[in-house]
Amino acid sequence: MHELSIVMGIIDVVTEYAKGEPVKEVTLDIGCLTTIEMFAFDMAWKQAVKGTLLEKATLDIHRIEGKAVCLECGTGFAINEVYDACTGCNSHLIQIVQGKELKVRSLIIF
Amino acid sequence: MCATCGCDSHTHTHSHSHSHAHPHDEKHIAVEKDVLYENNLLAARNRGFFDAKNILAINLVSSPGSGKTTLLERTLTDLKETLAFSVIEGDQQTTRDADRIHATGTKVVQINTGKGCHLDAHMVMHALQGMHPHENGVLFIENVGNLVCPAMFDLGEKERVVVMSVTEGDDKPLKYPDMFHTSHLCIINKIDLLPYVPFSLDKAIANAKRINPKLEVITLSCTSGEGLDKWYQWLESKKS
Repeated sequence: MHELSIVMGIIDVVTEYAKGEPVKEVTLDIGCLTTIEMFAFDMAWKQAVKGTLLEKATLDIHRIEGKAVCLECGTGFAINEVYDACTGCNSHLIQIVQGKELKVRSLIIF
Repeated sequence: MCATCGCDSHTHTHSHSHSHAHPHDEKHIAVEKDVLYENNLLAARNRGFFDAKNILAINLVSSPGSGKTTLLERTLTDLKETLAFSVIEGDQQTTRDADRIHATGTKVVQINTGKGCHLDAHMVMHALQGMHPHENGVLFIENVGNLVCPAMFDLGEKERVVVMSVTEGDDKPLKYPDMFHTSHLCIINKIDLLPYVPFSLDKAIANAKRINPKLEVITLSCTSGEGLDKWYQWLESKKS
């Protein structure tokens, strides 16, 4: 349900940068480790953009895969969940280095 | 525009010092801005306020019914002479929780989120402006009962405490990993009910530590009082 808050946040950021111009496309980075449910996101988006500069905008979403570094053995590895273990030594003491992004990269105005 | 007070919390200072515009496409605008930028900015502001006033701010999160408000009632009553407390209550509707806190003689303000499912830094900022929490004291922010959404929203707290109870299943941390991953302390409440439920404390703690190896765990019962001393010791250690 927080997807609506996220969508409102995107609308705020894009509206600030669009300077009054209707928006054609928005490019987003959404990390695979963020708790964004894309179905809920799409539903929220459709409703929330009505009457805003983003009403006709299409979304270009880059999903960023999760990556971590093990704090015990130094191995770098891909992760699907924040609690995955190191593929080298099985430790859970890991540092997430990629995959939690939630960013508006750029936009194109009409 | 903020629906609470009509204020415009947008920052208007931004620079386009690196232009990624392509020569043939002038309408491409670089943004590179975190979606939670506004919330994080206000959270940092709240954090600065807490530091300046020497307030220990604690964000209490859990699913509905795990005992957050009862834990606060016990804590506020037992430690009344030791620490200066203030409370921000978050619920969709009613002032019932704030009323309970008020009955302990503690300064409290209620935020009603309406359809909203979590507190955010903006709401907390407004609550702080209204309430003037005790300096050199402890501020409890009791979040909306929800183990999913509040995990994403920094309120500016120093400590995040996730409360679960023995009636909720020992696999709770695995099912709601983000909340346990972003918390500092896990309280397992209602241990007086252990004889009546198929809940393994060992499994619950192991699951919690698998999600977050640095998570501290305290087991207690607000009803019997068992374990509350450890919670009070933890509070006092964080305050000093």
